[in-house]
Amino acid sequence: MRKATLFAGLVAGVSMFAFSAAQAVEIQYWQYVFDTRVKAMDELIANFQKANPDITVKQVTFPYADYQTRVVAAKLSGQGPDVLQLYYGWLDKFASGGVLQPLPKDAFPHEMIEKEFFPIVSAMKRGEDYYGLPTAVRSLALFYNKKAFTDAGLDPANPPKTLDEMVAAAEKTTKRDASGNLEQEGITLDMAGQDQHWWREVLVRQFGGEPYTDNDRKVAYNSDGGKKALKFYTDLQLEKNVGQAGFMDEGQAAFKAGKAAMTIDGTFRLGAFRTIKDFEWAVAELPAGPDGKQSNFASYFANGIGAAATGEKLEAAKKFLAYVTSPEAMEIWMKTVGELPARQSAALTDANLADPINGPFLKGLTYAHTTLFVDEAAQRQTAIDMVNRVFLQGQSVDDSIAEAASAEQAILDAAPK
Amino acid sequence: MATLAPAASTHAPHRGMSMRARRLFWVWGFLALPIVFYSVIRFYPTFQSFWLSLTDWNLMNPAKFIGVANYQKLWADPEFWKVFKNTFAYLIFGMPISLLLSFVIAYYLDRVRFLHGFIRALYFLPYLTTAAAMAWVWRWFYQPPPIGFINEVLTTVGLPQQPFLRSTSQALPSIMVTAIWAGLGFQIIIFMAGLRAIPTTYYEAARIDGLGEWAILRRITLPLLKPTTVFLVVFSSIGFLRIFDQVYNMTSNDPGGPLGSTKPLVLMIYQTAFSSYAMGYAAAQTVVLFIILLCISLLQLWLLREKT
Repeated sequence: MRKATLFAGLVAGVSMFAFSAAQAVEIQYWQYVFDTRVKAMDELIANFQKANPDITVKQVTFPYADYQTRVVAAKLSGQGPDVLQLYYGWLDKFASGGVLQPLPKDAFPHEMIEKEFFPIVSAMKRGEDYYGLPTAVRSLALFYNKKAFTDAGLDPANPPKTLDEMVAAAEKTTKRDASGNLEQEGITLDMAGQDQHWWREVLVRQFGGEPYTDNDRKVAYNSDGGKKALKFYTDLQLEKNVGQAGFMDEGQAAFKAGKAAMTIDGTFRLGAFRTIKDFEWAVAELPAGPDGKQSNFASYFANGIGAAATGEKLEAAKKFLAYVTSPEAMEIWMKTVGELPARQSAALTDANLADPINGPFLKGLTYAHTTLFVDEAAQRQTAIDMVNRVFLQGQSVDDSIAEAASAEQAILDAAPK
Repeated sequence: MATLAPAASTHAPHRGMSMRARRLFWVWGFLALPIVFYSVIRFYPTFQSFWLSLTDWNLMNPAKFIGVANYQKLWADPEFWKVFKNTFAYLIFGMPISLLLSFVIAYYLDRVRFLHGFIRALYFLPYLTTAAAMAWVWRWFYQPPPIGFINEVLTTVGLPQQPFLRSTSQALPSIMVTAIWAGLGFQIIIFMAGLRAIPTTYYEAARIDGLGEWAILRRITLPLLKPTTVFLVVFSSIGFLRIFDQVYNMTSNDPGGPLGSTKPLVLMIYQTAFSSYAMGYAAAQTVVLFIILLCISLLQLWLLREKT
C-alpha cells in the first residue's frame, strides 16, 4: 500500500517535471569565443527569449582553436548543439560528417533565401539543400592612412580607384632612410593575411583569369591571367619597391603602427583599427583592374541546425535560427560586431551605403566571390609558398605558379568529393 | 544474517596473510594507481594510434582500414622528407652545440665563487620561462628594421642586415639558437651536479702525481662524467627531436618558416591532425616519430649497460 502511494507520488513528480520541460524547451547555441560576437549573441538571445518565453537558449562557447574539434567530439558522443555557428569553408566536413541537418524547407524556403540573401550564400548549398544561413558577411576593402596620403601630397579624399592609381600612390608614400631601409611601406604585402584572397579571387580575375573551375575543385589560375596577376603582386616588392613581405612582421601590424600607407583587409579588422589614435584612416573599394573589372572576396560564418535536434527542440531551433538571420538581428550584429548584414535589403540601405566605412565594403559585396576551400590552411600555404619562391629563391613567376597549381590540385584531389 | 557471510569470507585471507604477503599487497596497491593511469592515459592511446595509422580516419567518418597506404603516402611526400631533414638538423647541430656550451660553462662556473649563485640563476632563468613567451621576444628581435633589435645592432656596427626568419637558409639556425639558449640552464645544472659528484680525492691524487689540468679533464673528469653526459645526450636529443613551441610561435603567420624551412616533424603532425584533420595520416607520422625516439632511447640503454 505504501509502495503504491510512493509510486503514485513518483509518477506525479515525473510527469510534472515532464510538463514543465514541455513548457520551456532548452536549446544550445554554439559559437567560438570572440568578445563582440558573444555579446551580440547574448543580446539576440535575450530578445528572442522575450518573444518566445517557452524557449530558453543556452550559449556555449569555445576558443577558436578548439572549436571544430569540440563540435566533432560532441557529434561522436551524440550530444551536439541544436544551433551552431560554422565557417562556410567547413561545410563539406560538417555536412558529410553528419554534424548538420539540412535546413527545413518549410521554415527556410529556397526562393526566400535566394531572393533575400547575397548570392554568396550559395556556398552553403549542397545538392538540393541549404545547410546554414549567415547573420553577417565580411568583405575586403583598401584601408589607407590619410596622414601618409597628405604627407605625400595626395588627396586623402580621393583614394586610388584602379590598380595603376594604387601603385602610383604606393610609390609616392613609400619612405626609405638614407641607407635604403624601408621606413614606410606604400602597401603591405602579406600573403598569410588577406592577400591570398585578394590574389585568388580579385587579381586573377582582374587580369583575365579564373582562380578555379568545377566548383573550385580544379585549379585554373595557372593561366595567362594568373601569371599576370602574380607578376603584378610580386612586382610590388621586386620592381616597384613599394612593399616588403615580412615588414613589421605582419601587414596589419605595419598599418596599425602607421608604417604602411595602404593595406587590404576585411571588415573583421575594423575593431582593431578603430583603436588607432595616431592618425586618421579611411576605407575605399578594392581598386579596379586594367579593364575596369571589379571583384572582391567575401566570407562568412553561417548558423546551421545540429543533426541531433529533433521534435520540439528542432522546432525551437528553427525559430531561433529564423530570428538570428532576421533583418533585426543583422542590425544588432552590425552595431556590435561590425560585420555586414547578409540580407541585401538590410545591407544595401541608403544609410549604410553612404557610411564612409561600411559603404565600400557593402559595394564590394555585390560583386564578391567566395572560394570553396577544402582545407583553408593548406591551400593558404600553397599561396604563401608561391610568392616566397619568387621573393626568396628567385624562381620565375611562371614556374612558381605551376608548382603552386599542382600542389593545390593535389590537396583538392585528396579531399572527399 | 546471510549478508554477513561473504564479508566474513573476504576478510579471512587478509587476516591470514603473512607479513611479506601483506607488504606485497600494499606495494601493488599503491603501484596500481600509476599503472592504471599510465595504461589509460599513455599506453592505450599509443596502441590506438598504431591502429589509427592504418586507417583513413578524419574525425568525422568512421575509421576505415586502408593498410599501409598512409605510410606509402608519407614515403612519397616531399614535405615529409624536408621535415625529416629539418628535424635531424635540429638534433645534429643543436644537441652537440648545446652540450658543449653547457659543459664549458658548468666547468668554469664550478670554479667561480664570486656571485656563483647569481650567475647560475641567470643561466637557469630561460629554462623557467614559458617557451611561447620567449619565442615571441626572439621573433621581434629577429625582425627587419625598424623594429628588429639584432638588425639595429648590426647596422650600428656597420654590418649588413640579415633576413633571419624570412630566409630559407637562416631561419632554422635562428630558431635553433633560441632553443639551445632556452635549454642551457638545465644542462648546466645537471653537469655541475655531475662535476660535484666526482670525489675530490681523485683530483688531489692526480695533482700530487703532477698531472696537468688538461690531462685531469681528459683522464678523470670526462670519464667519470659519462653517466651524466649520456643522460644529457639522450634528454637533449629527445628535446630537439620534439621541438615545437619555438618554431610554432616564431613563425606562426607562415607556420614552419618560409617554404617549410624550419618545420619539424611535430609541427607537421600538428598541422595534419588539427588543421587538416587527417587523423590517420597524422597517426602514421606519430608512429614514425615514436620509432625514432624509441631507437634513441634504446641506444641510451645500450650505452649505459656498457658502462656498468
